[in-house]
Amino acid sequence: MNSLEMNIGLILLIIITFTLFFFSIRQRRTGKAPSFRRITAISNFKRSIGMSIEDGTRIHVSLGNASLTQAVSASAFASLKILRKIGELSSNSDNPPVASSGDGALALLSQDTLHDVARETHTLELFQSENGHLAGPTPVTNVVGALQTIADPEVHTNVLIGNYGSEVGFLSTASQDKGALTIAASDSLTAQATFFATVEQTLIGEELFAVPAYLHNEPMQNASLRIQDMLRGLVVLVLLVGVILKLVYAL
Amino acid sequence: MRSPIVPIIGFLTGIIILAGYFVPSPVLEAIRTPMLDWAVILSGVAGLIAIFHLVFGVHGRRLRDPEKSHVFSFIVILVFMLTVAAGIFFGINHTGFQKVVTAIQMPMETSLMAVLAVTLAYSSLRLLQRQRNWMGFVFFIAVVLYLLVNSGIFALVTDITALRGLVAGISQAPLAGARGILIGVALGSLLTGIRILIGSDRPYNS
Repeated sequence: MNSLEMNIGLILLIIITFTLFFFSIRQRRTGKAPSFRRITAISNFKRSIGMSIEDGTRIHVSLGNASLTQAVSASAFASLKILRKIGELSSNSDNPPVASSGDGALALLSQDTLHDVARETHTLELFQSENGHLAGPTPVTNVVGALQTIADPEVHTNVLIGNYGSEVGFLSTASQDKGALTIAASDSLTAQATFFATVEQTLIGEELFAVPAYLHNEPMQNASLRIQDMLRGLVVLVLLVGVILKLVYAL
Repeated sequence: MRSPIVPIIGFLTGIIILAGYFVPSPVLEAIRTPMLDWAVILSGVAGLIAIFHLVFGVHGRRLRDPEKSHVFSFIVILVFMLTVAAGIFFGINHTGFQKVVTAIQMPMETSLMAVLAVTLAYSSLRLLQRQRNWMGFVFFIAVVLYLLVNSGIFALVTDITALRGLVAGISQAPLAGARGILIGVALGSLLTGIRILIGSDRPYNS
């Protein structure tokens, strides 16, 4: 990147950060939460958490293989946020959620997240360190390890959220075949295509990053999703203008 | 109440790393490079801890649990111990050790991927049963169409200029769709990164 592109990037970053604060503070002051479009998979996801608490069954969250030191770590952080919310929502259940992951640091963070939730909800007696564990250090071993958790009779809901390759087809197929409710989202194109072919409730593209806002209803999460939608609109507009200009130039 | 020290350290570290990316300064570079090295080392140590936890925590506990199956956990612990012992005894760069590891791991992973191809093909056939909506229908048609396009069957008609353009245009369509999805993912990643940087999202226990 040249210095001009760097400067544009920096200016955009600053503008986005200030807009994020602006929308967040405005919601805190007015108390009005913005309304977002309905995403069926997320609505079913919320319902399934409620059903899982009522039935006393366990929710399995597979957090993917994203390494925290790589660019794909954003999906891992989003999935940790979702894990926290699932933990909070299911704090009344006798079976706290179990998280498996394909990266060591991510596994420790998932354990930490579940411990933090147990401390906040005064359910530390139910917390076990095995609830947040590494399933396997490579993509395939992660899948093989997570298959064991999916096969657990106590698990009736599987949330597959994070960075995967096509090997995640084993997890989604196993979960569907077991009759468990499966929610799937990934930032990887291969995994998204695999999910679409194998799972009923699939989140496409940036919807993965929208889940925390739908589950949390926090001003910062809502502001973040709002800016995400605005930026997407802006990108679409720029692309369309670019196409029209190119057509005009060609004529 | 949560301690503000950890988020402040996180924020300052993030700002230094980010500033080092945008502002080409030798001072920032001198701070940024060791910090990134520490992150990689810490990530490696975390991986090691997680592996020991998996083997002795998760599988060790399963072995002690009379209600759970012991076979898989026993094999995992045994093979892990054998691999660690062989690695320490021969050294990880030993040709024989590497050959044994790859001769077991590679064929198994390749076989699993072969099974996956069959599993996914079968799942795709059942797609229209599960997704009885227009998205499912479009996905199914697209799969069939691009299988045909990529099979090279249309190579016969590429002599006709109009059809060549049409086939080329159809081949490019998935790239446009993929870019659209990737732009959305990139925007989501950007906002997630900013939220973590400003301390709104804390993936750590503070």
